[in-house]
Amino acid sequence: MDLMPFINIVLLLVLAPLLFGVINRVKAFFAGRRGQPLLQLYSDLYKLLRKHAVYSRTTTWVFRLGPVVGLGALLVACSLVPYGGGRALFAFEGDLVLFLYLLGLVRFSMVLAALDTGSSFEGMGASREVHFAVLAEPTLFLALAVLMRLTGQTSLSGIYSRFSVEVWVQAAPVLVLVAGAVLIVFLCENARIPVDDPNTHLELTMIHEVMVLDHGGVDFAFIQYGAALKFWLLGALLVGFVLPLRTGVPWADTGYFLVAMMMLAVVIGVIESVMARLRMLKVPHMLVVGMSLSVLALIFQLR
Amino acid sequence: MNAWLEPIMVAIVLMNLILVASGRLSACIRIVAFQGIAVGLLFMVADVYPPTTDRLLFIFASMILKGFVFPWLLFQAIREANVRREVEPFVSYPVSVAICIMTLVISIWLGGRLPMPRPVLSPLVVPVALSTIFCGFFVIVSRPKALTQVLGYLVIENGIYIFGTALLLEQSVLVELAILLDIFVAVFVMGIMIFHISREFDHIDTQRLSELKD
Amino acid sequence: MSVFWGNSMTLALALALVPFITGLLAFILRQARIRRALLLLTALAHLGLTIAAWIVRPVPSAGGWLAIDDVGIVFLTVTSLLFCAAAFYAVRYLKHEESLVKNRLDEGFLFRNGPEAVFTGCLLLFLASMTLVIVSRHFGVLWVAIEATTLVSAPLIYFHRYPNSLEATWKYLLICSVGIALALLGNLFLAVSATNASSTLFLTELIRQAETLNGPWLKAAFVLLFVGYGTKMGLAPFHTWLPDAHSEAPSVVSALLSGALLNCAFLGILRVYQVCLGAGLGDFCRELFILFGLLSMLLSAVFILGQTDYKRMLAYSSVEHMGILAFGVGLGGGAVFGAMLHMINHSLTKAGLFFVAGNILAVYRTKTISGVQGILKVLRVSGVLWLAGFLALTGTPPFGVFLSKFIILKTALEQGRYLLAALFLGVLAVIFIGLAKIFIPMAQGDPPENLGDGPRKESSFAVLPSLIFLAIVLLLGIYIAPPLSDALAQAASMLGGI
Repeated sequence: MDLMPFINIVLLLVLAPLLFGVINRVKAFFAGRRGQPLLQLYSDLYKLLRKHAVYSRTTTWVFRLGPVVGLGALLVACSLVPYGGGRALFAFEGDLVLFLYLLGLVRFSMVLAALDTGSSFEGMGASREVHFAVLAEPTLFLALAVLMRLTGQTSLSGIYSRFSVEVWVQAAPVLVLVAGAVLIVFLCENARIPVDDPNTHLELTMIHEVMVLDHGGVDFAFIQYGAALKFWLLGALLVGFVLPLRTGVPWADTGYFLVAMMMLAVVIGVIESVMARLRMLKVPHMLVVGMSLSVLALIFQLR
Repeated sequence: MNAWLEPIMVAIVLMNLILVASGRLSACIRIVAFQGIAVGLLFMVADVYPPTTDRLLFIFASMILKGFVFPWLLFQAIREANVRREVEPFVSYPVSVAICIMTLVISIWLGGRLPMPRPVLSPLVVPVALSTIFCGFFVIVSRPKALTQVLGYLVIENGIYIFGTALLLEQSVLVELAILLDIFVAVFVMGIMIFHISREFDHIDTQRLSELKD
Repeated sequence: MSVFWGNSMTLALALALVPFITGLLAFILRQARIRRALLLLTALAHLGLTIAAWIVRPVPSAGGWLAIDDVGIVFLTVTSLLFCAAAFYAVRYLKHEESLVKNRLDEGFLFRNGPEAVFTGCLLLFLASMTLVIVSRHFGVLWVAIEATTLVSAPLIYFHRYPNSLEATWKYLLICSVGIALALLGNLFLAVSATNASSTLFLTELIRQAETLNGPWLKAAFVLLFVGYGTKMGLAPFHTWLPDAHSEAPSVVSALLSGALLNCAFLGILRVYQVCLGAGLGDFCRELFILFGLLSMLLSAVFILGQTDYKRMLAYSSVEHMGILAFGVGLGGGAVFGAMLHMINHSLTKAGLFFVAGNILAVYRTKTISGVQGILKVLRVSGVLWLAGFLALTGTPPFGVFLSKFIILKTALEQGRYLLAALFLGVLAVIFIGLAKIFIPMAQGDPPENLGDGPRKESSFAVLPSLIFLAIVLLLGIYIAPPLSDALAQAASMLGGI
């Protein structure tokens, strides 16, 4: 029995909140501030977990179920994604469809919970979230389809285990297009800056944050932790083929993967520091660009 | 050398997409300039024969003209014209991008059906050329400003040049230089006309040039 | 001497170079009088060289860049004659326009003219580029020349600097440039079709190897060149620039555009048609010619019927006649001879009418049909010419246009294509009615009161060109000189006729 997948998942569960700390430190560095401690999110989660959630009288069980279903689905998704070239805990043909639908389920439960509050703010946030997802989900699907086609594999573990520098030499243009598309989806799905500002304080401009305004205590901790997991999962998909260094030694691969994830966090921090949030109207344009990149990649790959 | 072929062609297609997706006139001018240079590079990479001196001369002339002289002329025109710097298309940007991709798909289909009577550089060249031509036409019909119409015309020319490269047509350099000169004069005259239009009407929106009709 | 001129290339080169050099010279020359003299001299020199070409009849050498063949000499003569008349007309016109600021002719705006040096220079370069179109034996050169005609004629159309002419110029420039870009693609296709041979674009070479050309690519090339040059020629539905440009340009330029430029674009199509004939694609091409020819005639008929602007009316009539040319070539057989003859007739008639229209515009100061009445009372000679031009244009016997239209119709009937013949005749009848409703009320009736009483004096420069042209058209209807009919027959036989 290979222990690596378990170790990888444990590492993921432990280290996921750290990435947000890294991003915040990078942004603070660019802004000339000292910034939050690296482990800020851990303290936040600890604090939230000790608190009771407060429920509005207008909400129903849908509201309470949302965060639990969301976190559960994300945890299942964690077991499907390979980290650092190795196998995932579960790998079977077409598991990427399950993976994408699990992410869809997370969104679905969150949106339902937001709508259940009956607040106009949260409804607005939910509508935006779904609007952008309509464009982001097919983009990711197409991008993964290109990778599938490129490697001839139908499972996530299979696809990522085939990646190496040679594949890049062969199909650089297509991979650049896919990487661009996945990066845009990554920014959108994680509500990072050109799409959404995680630090915003004005409800009218929020997308992700406005959906979870009514959650508190343990529920909110689940949501925060879930966001960190999602960041890690999609990041793993991105760095898995953008930086495909494989040594063959499991420990070295995992170590290398962790370094790559930290680098991704730094890159995101830089992007957030140098860019401004797009106007809400422009966000679909950016997502359409992402989608067209993946369509182009597919066209070039299919020929 | 041919390892560079595909990246350049993908870059040309991407530039088509960026052109229809970008909203600022200056960005559009730059994209078309880059595309002109990319087409010149394609020529250089594509020359399976050892490039002769006059061939190189032609390639450099076309790159300088398309990459530097045309953008300079057009920038001059918008500065003199002092018009609004936005494209203001009839077709929204996302739809434009979608149409642009559609033209690529159609071109690949067409390119697959055209029987090639001679060896072609790469199977990708003909579709890329055709889609660039289509994209140029789309820019002309979907953008109201006189300047963007000139850009569309240049994109069509780029597409035609890619086509010429694709088939490795060896033509007399003299004729090609003459063709290049014609295109140069065309852009020059169009630039002057844009200036006149903006001075006469305070805009360069060809949609509003609708006095003459039956 | 005859050895020197006998070289086809030398003569052709001289024909193109003379106006080119004097054109460049005209840009630099300061004095208007010298410039005008230069314009006249060049026109006469060009005509002289053309006559020399008739006398020497040089044989085109294989593989040469430039030459004058039997088709070319017919087109060359028309262009040269027309330009000569236009030069005389232009000299008087430029004198008349000398004052810089004046009332806009129809709406009373103030406008300025472009610099006269640019006008004269472009006029001469226009002649040079048209000559190059006619004498070139290489499709690349042909393309360069046709695009050049667009570029040098754009400033001519924008001579009167006011918004409408600007709009017309922009449309002309853009539509024609894009159309001609398609023709460039067509040239590439043509080169590709020469698969077994080297990818040559020399006309003589292509005709020689025609049978080995790749069929599908040649077809595609023909379609692209047809659309590309057809845009320039004004075939419907690519004609949209034509009425605007013709109505907004100064009349002398309209005459050149309509009488010479459209023919040159037509020649571009005929050249590739020659190659297609050799390759056995004649039927395919002829169908296209007939389809677009009839379409142009139909469409122009529709627009002539409701026309309110007499210069636009003349422009649409040009679309119609281009349609007749295409129709004639498309029928093949004897109709090609008819089409060649019709080309000459139409050019001379239309140019003459545009000159007269210029005279009318200068006096009445309006381009609307309803604003012009009683030309016969105000401008006696122009009025008579206007009516004579109407009769000639619609093909009333004994004018030459009748003869050429009749030949085309006769061929259609001989070939048993009764439906086409009926359509042709029907459209011509409709156009006759439409034109009669416009021309006759303009000539008859009482002039508007602000024009004063009594006929005005007319400069002989203004009426002589039209008079001569209409006289030639009348003559062509009665008697065609043997050298001309030989050349026309030769040209027709090169273009799939008998």
